[in-house]
Amino acid sequence: MGFAYFPHTEGDIRAMLDRIGLDSLDGLYSDVPEDVLYKGDFSIPDAMSEMEIRRWFDDLASENVRLKVFCGAGAYDHYSPSAAKAVISRSEFLTSYTPYQAEVSQGTLRYIFEYQTMMTRLTGLDCSNASMYDGPTSAAEAMLMTVACTRKKSRVLVSATLLPRVIDVVGTYCKFHGTGLSVIPESGFSSDLEAFRKELAAGDVAGVLVPGINRYGIIEDLSGFADAVHSAKALLAVYSDPSSLAVIRTPGEWGADIACGDAQSLGIPLSFGGPYLGFLCCRQEYVRKLPGRIVGQTSDPEGRRCYVLTLQAREQHIRREKATSNICSNQSLMALYVTVYLSLMGPQGLRRVNELSYGGAHYLYSALLDTGLFTEVSEKPFLKEFVLRSGIPAAVLQEKLLEKGYFAALSCGDDIVSFCVTENRTREEIDDLLSVIRDLRSSK
Amino acid sequence: MKYYDKLIFELSREGRTGFSLPENGWKDSPDDIPGNLRRCRLPDLPQVSEPDAVRHYINLSDMNFGVDTGFYPLGSCTMKYNPKINEEISAHPGFSGLHPLQPAETVQGALKLYAELSSWLCSLTGMSAFTLNPFAGAHGELTGLMIMRQYHISRGDTKRTRIIVPDSAHGTNPASAAVCGLEVVQVKSTPAGTIDVGDLMPLLDDTVAGIMMTNPNTLGLFETEIREIEASVHAAGGLLYYDGANMNALLGKVRPGDMGFDIMHLNLHKTFSTPHGGGGPGAGPVGVSSRLAGLLPSPVVIRDGKTGKFSMAGNPGGPGRISGFAGNFGVLMKACAYIMALGKRNVTKVGPYAVLAANYIKESLKDRYRLPVPSLCKHEFVFDGLKDVSPAVDGISTLDVAKRLLDYGFHAPTIYFPLLFHQSIMIEPTETESKETLDAFIEAMRKIADEAVSEPELLKTAPHCTPVGRPDETLAATHPVLKF
Amino acid sequence: MSKIAEGLLYSESHEWVKVEGDIAVIGISDFAQKSMGSIVYVDMPEEDDEVSQDEEFGAVESVKAASDLYSPVSGTVIEKNAALEDEPGLLNTDPYTNWIIRVRMSDPSETESLMDAAAYSEFLDRQA
Repeated sequence: MGFAYFPHTEGDIRAMLDRIGLDSLDGLYSDVPEDVLYKGDFSIPDAMSEMEIRRWFDDLASENVRLKVFCGAGAYDHYSPSAAKAVISRSEFLTSYTPYQAEVSQGTLRYIFEYQTMMTRLTGLDCSNASMYDGPTSAAEAMLMTVACTRKKSRVLVSATLLPRVIDVVGTYCKFHGTGLSVIPESGFSSDLEAFRKELAAGDVAGVLVPGINRYGIIEDLSGFADAVHSAKALLAVYSDPSSLAVIRTPGEWGADIACGDAQSLGIPLSFGGPYLGFLCCRQEYVRKLPGRIVGQTSDPEGRRCYVLTLQAREQHIRREKATSNICSNQSLMALYVTVYLSLMGPQGLRRVNELSYGGAHYLYSALLDTGLFTEVSEKPFLKEFVLRSGIPAAVLQEKLLEKGYFAALSCGDDIVSFCVTENRTREEIDDLLSVIRDLRSSK
Repeated sequence: MKYYDKLIFELSREGRTGFSLPENGWKDSPDDIPGNLRRCRLPDLPQVSEPDAVRHYINLSDMNFGVDTGFYPLGSCTMKYNPKINEEISAHPGFSGLHPLQPAETVQGALKLYAELSSWLCSLTGMSAFTLNPFAGAHGELTGLMIMRQYHISRGDTKRTRIIVPDSAHGTNPASAAVCGLEVVQVKSTPAGTIDVGDLMPLLDDTVAGIMMTNPNTLGLFETEIREIEASVHAAGGLLYYDGANMNALLGKVRPGDMGFDIMHLNLHKTFSTPHGGGGPGAGPVGVSSRLAGLLPSPVVIRDGKTGKFSMAGNPGGPGRISGFAGNFGVLMKACAYIMALGKRNVTKVGPYAVLAANYIKESLKDRYRLPVPSLCKHEFVFDGLKDVSPAVDGISTLDVAKRLLDYGFHAPTIYFPLLFHQSIMIEPTETESKETLDAFIEAMRKIADEAVSEPELLKTAPHCTPVGRPDETLAATHPVLKF
Repeated sequence: MSKIAEGLLYSESHEWVKVEGDIAVIGISDFAQKSMGSIVYVDMPEEDDEVSQDEEFGAVESVKAASDLYSPVSGTVIEKNAALEDEPGLLNTDPYTNWIIRVRMSDPSETESLMDAAAYSEFLDRQA
């Protein structure tokens, strides 16, 4: 019985076996000890046709509930342009490997070069790698990079205002790597410079990680951080939401040495958490310690401008256990997605995304306070995500909103809940959410 | 393929727009943010129209070679066909709009998919439990090694900080071990290309956390002494890690769990047909044997035996969290669709057809290319350069062969790896290539062998038919230009 | 055949040392640069960094390879060769005039363990 992905006819198989000098396909495994050859049945489905596969996924999808997303916490429901989706579906991009053979990979190499350029312009730093897995792993790589850059220092400091899952992933990497980690408590919903200063004084700190926008949605004032960190001969890394960098102060402007974070906010669909796109940028002097793939410009024998993977001597396939990281790949196709996204958006489009998100979020913020069910916890500025103290227990509030099709009011500990508004949320949706919440008050 | 010289920045004109967004009718503006928290001026991003942007990227795609373009025998990378239904499935709106933190009751379908795929992978590999969270093969390796260390640490066996890695291993193995805080000890290969068991035995003491193996190894050879290795490593208190880079050779025929491996990763972008995407996103699920089943990273997907409902939870006994959420979910969906298409009936053919194709090419070319290990190979094999010419005398190297192949419309094999030979050409054809394609490749390789003697300059200056010639890599690395 | 400069001391990891009082000028041998091919980057320590005999102090990189540098002596780095930052290929052009670092030795007797030109030449022959 034929199968769409196998081209072999009986005749082909016989002819190929003849060339090899074997009688049967079983002969191909004659070097495998008999007792490890598997002869049982596999617990997987019987072969399914495309129609059956579609139906299976349709049925499964019906067990999910599509909600109107008013939460962020590291995954943002921004608008995804059709053209970005169309470009990444091109087979020539989709079905290619890492661009080792530069002569037939100029497409991939060139968009990575464009991506690197755009990320440096967004972050205000000099260099970018070709991308990483996701935000939290890029933060972990950034922290290990500070250890490599500063030599002989063995501890990193992270702010408690980072997203908990970022701290967790950094913590896992550090624990096994043998690097010390201290989580520096927050003060007034922001990173506490004085607390960092005290820890830096110990002299063993390689790097410091603070958020540009923190887990409460607050835009952090990082004044003084770069000086404090640099005078302790350590490196400053800022965990950023690149979408916000069209309007808020960049890691480069704060004097950071490294920027990392998740570029999912640049229009990548939520997709239940992946694939997303980690990014990592640094100042020029640290580029040789920057992990991951890097593309550089050069020329061919005829003097034509072209691109190659470069600075490869940092990498695992050459340095083995001395490599700056074990990462071998990037999240290339998602980097292409973001490159196309940023091309379409341009400076004005990305600003508009922020205007719409900011406007909607601040409208919701005021209106929620007006319901009388919420109180303000901080007067610090925010962009698209914010927290309030809820008069209703967070779990109850979230549950009630779920029933009406809203994913909102994510608990941030105690009775603090967070909301997020992107340009994907219309005024009608926000008003509708508000009316649901007002109804809660009357039924309370 | 044709050369196209533009960068998107060069198409940019002040005032041009390519976005489609509603007008801003809100009262509040980001300009209200205090000045010291604001960016000085807007980022210098391209200003292009949508048609210009689309045409630009389509022109770039035309300078790229993919599996859909032609034969891609890149050793160790398993460039098999990427079924189109997989792409359609992964874009399913019933999944693509799910926020990863949505409450479990609203994502039962997604969690069920995670659980189903885990159980299928368990059955196909003989492991007891899988985490689908790792994003790539290297990430899976790192996660697997964390589990290995966690296992020893959790038993109070804290001095096991060394890991044994064969000299034929991919560089990622020692790099992952180093990131995981393990000291790498290399074990030699025999002239026949497999692990030198005599060299291994003295290394096995109570400081060894385990051994990392790729089986078949990077030479495409099955480690025939796996039983003995397994018994010795286990007797010494170590664990066996299976690098799934070459699992395609064994799919449907041999299961790592049955060989005694304790931990393994799979590359879904190799064995399970998800596209490589020019370097990612991939997925590197990690499977463990029953005694390690409690040591998976957070989060784990749990099914309530009574209600049948799924939920996601942290796993305090494991190494911790290694990813923001639960892996590259969109990639997992593609692998799911692939396993469903294969089904019980076809899955048993994957390994044999892949091995058949590799041996067929090997036997068809071994009179013209040096074959250092002549035995039966699995899904891939390694030539050590051309037979009739040598790099030292004729100045023709493996690089020249690889570049000339591009002129014949084939992607080059993996070259200069493994490091055991100086002129390695590593060929992996996969099970999705027809005999006609393999024959055409064989013919091209034979022609190149002829040309190496008759027209050596043709090889030394190859490729001739690609959008660009050989880039100057020394220039790129000496004076790096990394942005426009 | 690689050149060996007279009057210098050599280590088994192919670094050379020129002793000037308590200062050691350190570079790599012709053999080392030849086996690397075109050098594209030299990773050097900073001034005032401490180096120890036989311990890594930096690396040289070509496009497809990297080789660690091991210090033949212990001491404090007093200067690195800034010219190599812009033009690492100088190590290929003339490995014996283009030094990498200058070290103030903490224990000049360490140089006794190094080879002279004749001994290094024999050492290379044995390696081949």
